[in-house]
Amino acid sequence: MNNWKNFTKGIIKENPVFALLLGMCPTLGVTTSAINGLGMGLATAFVLVLSNIAISSVKNFVPDKVRIPVFVVIIASFVTIVQLLMEAYIPALYDSLGLFIPLIVVNCIVLGRAEAFAAKNTIFSSMIDGLGMGVGFTFALTLLGAVRELLGSYSLFGYKFIETDGILVFVLAPGAFFGLGYLIALIRKLSKKS
Amino acid sequence: MAKKESTFLNMTLTLFIITAVAAVALAYVYKLTETPISEAKAKKLQTAISVVVPGAENGEITIDTVPSPDGSGNLEFYTIKVNGEIIGTAVKSFTNSGFGGHMAVMVGFDQDGKIIDSNVLEHQETPGLGDKTNKSVSSWNDQFKGKDPQNENIKVKKDGGVIDAITAATISSRAYSDAVQRAHSAFMVHNEKMNKEDVNTGGTISNTESAVTN
Repeated sequence: MNNWKNFTKGIIKENPVFALLLGMCPTLGVTTSAINGLGMGLATAFVLVLSNIAISSVKNFVPDKVRIPVFVVIIASFVTIVQLLMEAYIPALYDSLGLFIPLIVVNCIVLGRAEAFAAKNTIFSSMIDGLGMGVGFTFALTLLGAVRELLGSYSLFGYKFIETDGILVFVLAPGAFFGLGYLIALIRKLSKKS
Repeated sequence: MAKKESTFLNMTLTLFIITAVAAVALAYVYKLTETPISEAKAKKLQTAISVVVPGAENGEITIDTVPSPDGSGNLEFYTIKVNGEIIGTAVKSFTNSGFGGHMAVMVGFDQDGKIIDSNVLEHQETPGLGDKTNKSVSSWNDQFKGKDPQNENIKVKKDGGVIDAITAATISSRAYSDAVQRAHSAFMVHNEKMNKEDVNTGGTISNTESAVTN
């Protein structure tokens, strides 16, 4: 598989949220606004790329029976690093995402890509795969966050269009399910045509 | 290169090496970010204080921990002095009756116990509803400005007070008022105690005060 295809498959065809339906917890939880979705997506993408590289480079030294614990240790280390860096240098974003950062550890996309791709492929293509999946995840979260913010509070990236309250249900938990459901349906329809 | 066999020695060794490398890397990043994190926290506190007591950014801040009069926990008092004069006290108060449970509220008082300003520090209220208690979201909490909780009942109108609740977020408004009320009663008790100490120690007060400012 060439690298370009390897990269783009994560964005639409195998998009972790819309096609693989992985990592639903942060997807539904943090996407109350576009900026939160973007921040969470970028943090996950960062962890995905680094853990894919690390796991791919140690795959030959790790006995099969202990590979999952090894993967989890690697992923958890990167997540902690992201958390510390974010708390130190972008405290505002850390405040709004705080609770969900440690949850990247148990995000099934990260472990899923480690097990399904990085453990079987070269370092470079694993990095590309992580990058593609990360971009796809960021895209999905930002899109869902934008839709919910637009309908729920009539604003986008904090810029308010109409000075009234939006359709509140879209900011609340049920709105996440509505938004996600319609987005998945729309994307399925679009990708069927092409 | 062939995969390593899953023998006991191989597994132990691999896990040991991986966890050791992870531990060293984490320790390094922790050391690296330790100062920026504490600076960011201090700056956040400083900003939070100057929101409720304007002018605090140039003042000296003394920190006290004071138990709440109703015994429900501890409040933090930040007394701000500019050129040796107290310009206000920021009280970090809390309530557990928010819609999402715990809520931390910073309230600034002048020396007479009047509210200068107040704001939310931490909360788990609903976005779009209860988070309007926060200044960055709406101007709702401006109505607390200049109120004296001794003469005015800091409660939502539904409970017989003077505060207009946020539409569809009465619980959050009630919780916010509760935190402000708690801050005020702790402030009054603390103030009275300080005044009593002033009387008891009599003439020595001027000496101790100059010692502090110097």
